[in-house]
Amino acid sequence: MIKKECIAMLLAGGQGNRLGILTKDLAKPAVPFGGKYRIIDFTLSNCTNSGIDTVGVLTQYRPLKLNAYIGTGQPWDLDRVNGGVYILPPYIKGKRGEWYKGTANAIYQNIEFIEQYNPKYVLILSGDHIYKMDYSKMIKYHIEKSADCSIAVINVPLKEASRFGIMNADEDNKIYEFEEKPKHPKSTKASMGIYVFTWDILKKYLNEDELDANSDKDFGKNIIPKMLKDNRSLYAYCFDGYWKDVGTIQSYFEANMDLLENPPVFDLYDIRWRIYGRNPIQTPHYIGCNCKIKRSIITEGCEVLGDVYHSVLFSGVLVGEDSEISDCVIMPNAKIGKNTKLSNVVVGEGAVIGDNCIIGYGDIKPNRLYPNIYSSGITVIASDIEISEGSVIGKNVVVEKSNLDVKNLDSGEYLSEEEVS
Amino acid sequence: MKDTLGIIYAAEDDTQIRELTKKRSIAALPFGGRYRLVDFTLSNMVNSGIKNIGIITQNNYASLVDHIGTGKEWDLNRKREGLNILSPFAIHDSTGWYKGSIDALHSAMGFIKKGNEKYVLISGTHMLCNMNFNEYQNFHIEKGADITVIYKEDNIRKDKLKKYTLLQTDEDGRVRDIEVYPAIPKSNKISMKMYLLEKELLEYLIEEASARGYEDFVKDIIIKKIDKLKIYGYPYEGYLARIDSITTYYRFNMELLKKEVREELFYREGLIYTRIKDEVPAKYSDDAVVKNCLVADGCIIEGEIENCILFRGVRISKGAKIKNSIIFQECEIEENAVLDHVILDKKVIVKRGRTLIGTENYPVAITKGEVI
Repeated sequence: MIKKECIAMLLAGGQGNRLGILTKDLAKPAVPFGGKYRIIDFTLSNCTNSGIDTVGVLTQYRPLKLNAYIGTGQPWDLDRVNGGVYILPPYIKGKRGEWYKGTANAIYQNIEFIEQYNPKYVLILSGDHIYKMDYSKMIKYHIEKSADCSIAVINVPLKEASRFGIMNADEDNKIYEFEEKPKHPKSTKASMGIYVFTWDILKKYLNEDELDANSDKDFGKNIIPKMLKDNRSLYAYCFDGYWKDVGTIQSYFEANMDLLENPPVFDLYDIRWRIYGRNPIQTPHYIGCNCKIKRSIITEGCEVLGDVYHSVLFSGVLVGEDSEISDCVIMPNAKIGKNTKLSNVVVGEGAVIGDNCIIGYGDIKPNRLYPNIYSSGITVIASDIEISEGSVIGKNVVVEKSNLDVKNLDSGEYLSEEEVS
Repeated sequence: MKDTLGIIYAAEDDTQIRELTKKRSIAALPFGGRYRLVDFTLSNMVNSGIKNIGIITQNNYASLVDHIGTGKEWDLNRKREGLNILSPFAIHDSTGWYKGSIDALHSAMGFIKKGNEKYVLISGTHMLCNMNFNEYQNFHIEKGADITVIYKEDNIRKDKLKKYTLLQTDEDGRVRDIEVYPAIPKSNKISMKMYLLEKELLEYLIEEASARGYEDFVKDIIIKKIDKLKIYGYPYEGYLARIDSITTYYRFNMELLKKEVREELFYREGLIYTRIKDEVPAKYSDDAVVKNCLVADGCIIEGEIENCILFRGVRISKGAKIKNSIIFQECEIEENAVLDHVILDKKVIVKRGRTLIGTENYPVAITKGEVI
């Protein structure tokens, strides 16, 4: 049997509710990011660049696009003879079968998969963070410390620490306490949701946890606290690079905008650590004769005839003459008409915006239906819909279906599929 | 295109583009910001349904092999059929150089005979078009032709026609005469050097010509057999870019700045595939000024560019002014450099403040890796 030192399990089953309509049709890891990537590309590329060639991707929410995107794993060089990338949806085992009930349960249900490779260590990852990290260094650290579990942590500002799972560790980085979203954080070491486990030990804990009827079957809530209680050796692995959770509309937007910083806060141009993905088959992008392009990233296949400021344009985007795009994220193959102004807008894949529209201007009012999701001023246009010519749309607006006759949508409006407006 | 074997003749030696083809075959010449010439013929064949393709190479084929790899970008990394690089092997006295196209095809005979296909399509790489060969094959079959050659009728100046192989056809389309580089052109039907014939016939013609010590496929087979064989000309109506000199190379690149030309060449009948490099999207800074440019992924632009084609991974520093130029992959233009009508080969560095100016008919071409 093939023996792998370490294999990775990538948790990609989350629904990503806080990304609103961006995850309406697809799982969060499949959401487009950064001009030509999808969120999962960063984690998969990290695996490849770290020398991990066996990755199980656990999916259960709207997996179609994600499955199609991953395919054979060839774009990440994960089409291997031994190992490679595997999509692992929940399945029926004998008479029993169930959805993944929590992160720990998802791994528990795939013990058989992991055992095929007889690994010494298992790396647990999540598919919804933007970062570049050499996992091989973390595994080396895990071995050096003879740890049972190592958890990657990043220093966060103290005032934000209560949003994270916080690890309290001694001088040697040995963790003695874990607090989920503490009101009064004692440390600023936030868990990045990246774990290296010694497989034998993790397996034991997964089996025990599965039998515990009161458990949420979650790494953060159950497995880690249980291991701490048993005095297992858990170590914090400090990471000091760029790391962004893109779980909310606001953080998703900010992470995209971070790519525009100069000097870069997150450098994708480093050839030693390439981010791989499926490349569109398109010509170089074309910039017309009367445009201003400032502080933006633009991908192959775009045709830009208007002005673009501080924006991210994915492949195949068209921008018509006299239009002005500022502080926007425009996803693949979206079309923006002529003389249209967009500010602080996320435009979904393949959406078509007519001529003479004004979108993303007006007063700031939180969204009428989901004020918690849409409150930072960003207007979101769903994928594959049409915004008719001459529309005027405010801030924090969500447009989920083509707006046809509804030309004016004030700030905070939500044009949904169900409602008849 | 059913039942057809594709042969790409990448051993073309009739076209020299000065500095740019010194160290690479013309098939591997970069074009249009991210492509190489061979991508067009290869993609057209794949888009027309050809599944088995051999590429005949001359001795300077390293960059071509590097570019094509296993053929996965063209979906040719297959177990059945797929892509074969037919590199020369030293069975002749002259190692690595074919005596002519007949010699080259003769060397490839093992590959040609192995296939089960009925037809074979032979094409060079420096005539760029976006074409589906199915209609062409139907024409060939309907006419009951032995060989069908594709031509493009072009109303260019007579003295410019001298550089081409010209066909004369009758009303039915049958080829009555062919002249290679004629001093006095009698026709404006330019051969695109694409030939369709039955594989058995090709095998016979090559064996026969080889036995007689003939060298050139056109002069020694096509022209000599013009009465014995039914040779037809098939007119191509679409956009054609003929890359045969530094001037045409420059001009046809610049034509890509027109939307209708890009539509014709890159999207008309199918997509043009090329090697994937996983480059990052291009990044523009606050100081960037861009007018009428084609820019590939991986570029970082902080200076001014106008009427330019930028290949993948080019860096343009602040204050640099680049006009009417073609900049190959991974070049670096430092602060305040000025370029006009320049072609920079791969990985050229233009130091700060330097100036290079060419003209439209004679663009300055700088060879790979130079530091100016």
